[in-house]
Amino acid sequence: MENIISLSHVTKKFEVGDGYFTALNDVSLTFKSGEFAGFVGPSGSGKTTLLNIIGSLDSPTDGKAIVMGKDIAKLSHKASANLRNLHIGFIFQVFNLLPVYTVFENVEFALLLQDVPKETRKKEVMEALEWVGLEKMAHKRPDKLSGGEGQRVAIARAMVKKPKILLADEPTANLDSANAHAILKTMKNLNKELGTTFLFSTHDEKVMTYLDRTVSLKDGKVVSDVWDNQSIQS
Amino acid sequence: MKLSFQLAFRNLIGAGLRTWLIVGILTFTFLVILFYNGLLDGWNLQAKRDAINWEFGYGQFQHKDYDPYDPFSLQNAHGVFDARNAQGLTPLLMRPASIFPNGRMLSVTLKGLPKNQRQLKIPVDRLDKQEGAIPVAIGKRMAKTAKLSLGDEISLRWRDKNGTFDAENVKVAAIFNTTISTVDQGQIWMRLEDLWRITGMNNEATIMIADQPMPDTSFKDWNYVNQEKLLQNINNVIEIERASARIIYFILLAIALLAIFDTQVLSVFRRQKEIGTYIALGMTKNEVTGLFTLEGSMYSLFSMFLGTLIGVPLFGYLSQKGISFGAFTADMGIGMGDRIYPSFSPSLLVSSALIVIISATIVSFIPARKIVTMNPIDALKGKLQ
Repeated sequence: MENIISLSHVTKKFEVGDGYFTALNDVSLTFKSGEFAGFVGPSGSGKTTLLNIIGSLDSPTDGKAIVMGKDIAKLSHKASANLRNLHIGFIFQVFNLLPVYTVFENVEFALLLQDVPKETRKKEVMEALEWVGLEKMAHKRPDKLSGGEGQRVAIARAMVKKPKILLADEPTANLDSANAHAILKTMKNLNKELGTTFLFSTHDEKVMTYLDRTVSLKDGKVVSDVWDNQSIQS
Repeated sequence: MKLSFQLAFRNLIGAGLRTWLIVGILTFTFLVILFYNGLLDGWNLQAKRDAINWEFGYGQFQHKDYDPYDPFSLQNAHGVFDARNAQGLTPLLMRPASIFPNGRMLSVTLKGLPKNQRQLKIPVDRLDKQEGAIPVAIGKRMAKTAKLSLGDEISLRWRDKNGTFDAENVKVAAIFNTTISTVDQGQIWMRLEDLWRITGMNNEATIMIADQPMPDTSFKDWNYVNQEKLLQNINNVIEIERASARIIYFILLAIALLAIFDTQVLSVFRRQKEIGTYIALGMTKNEVTGLFTLEGSMYSLFSMFLGTLIGVPLFGYLSQKGISFGAFTADMGIGMGDRIYPSFSPSLLVSSALIVIISATIVSFIPARKIVTMNPIDALKGKLQ
């Protein structure tokens, strides 16, 4: 299977005052299509920075990040927006749902950006809401949802366009244990059904129990890369 | 673009009361701009039409010594117009005179028009020849000032062609109502034939009024003044009024635009997570900037819609029924009817709408530009930038 993500000696530095803070230090990793992997480590270890670079929201200071065959550092604003629009889904810690839209409209938004026809849109949004068990809440506004429901909407929004890569930044941080497990099961099922590559950034142990591959980071460096799922590893 | 319209529309509707407050202010401003301009346009049209009908015609040959701003020039401003060039021209002779109503003396301008003329609306055709006092027509304002009524006889004193004082009684045979005070206040109108007779100035005139536009030309002792020049004063007054009206609606528009600007600035700062989410979902920064700009300018589109709903019946009614300015108009120095009928031309509607839409778009774009410089990661975290 081809590498869908390839990080080669990736370094990311941020200006802090007169100096620099090194968030990622010479990170080299590859991910194949369909992996269910996560970056773990304490705060400031570089997990989110790594996700942002893979998601083309940021670019490395040094090294190469190739995502879907595209060099992130060389992408124009438009090309990186296009990459996110077509191939990458995001799930955030605080859900980031658009408050004035209904659940249906929030999920539909991803398809609107792809100019999907109305009828197809409707069908696919309802299908995505079924995946996360929220088809009956389609017309509710985000402020009427519980934390777990909000995150499930975020998953539906990220998955509705059937992206190749889904990046989830601390997706369970604001959820109770039951909701966290429910969400993770949903994501695991989608990973199996749709073959989407899931990459997490987390320090939640509940998440780690679901991961097939766990990449531990500390001070911006990879300290371990553990595979639980032998079939993917091979 | 279609997507941006859809999103901007949803965002504005979703923002609820805030949207409607801004739309309300903007609609009010739009309607005030339309109303003021419509009123001024209506007044302008009416004033010009009345000035043409009552005073100027389509142009005038004025005697070279005539100065409309110097009453003393009337003494010498008269002459015989060459009959070969007089086709389509109505002679008007003016002489300085005095009347003595109720024991007072009032300086007036004595004006003579041919009895059968159709050029001006002065009712000289109602001045039938009769024994005794010479029949004259005066305007309502003049009648009020001199305390004269129909049938009243007063003494009139004038100088004849030799400069000799002469006097005779005149009888008020017609009182007319006009918006043009310069043919009313201090003016006594009589048949030209009578004025020629009492002054001995047969076939002479001060002004020859054209019944249709004529090429700019001059004859010996006569200068042609075209209609545009004659109406210049009205244009000037309307322009001054328009300028002061502009100040009012500039203030109103500034208030409305300030509300939009303020909302946009707040939006860009308070909706950073949303901005970050748009970018993460695949919009470019320019598209997000466009979306926020469109949201701001959409306030103006909403206000156009609301303004149309309110404005069409309201202004339709006003332009049919007119607006009464009553006694206020009586002493205005320029033609102003008791009732003004606002005029709302398509160009006025389009230009007013464009002013509101373009200015709303500009003030929306200025704060939205900041999005281009935003770091999407900080925006996603809601970090102030």
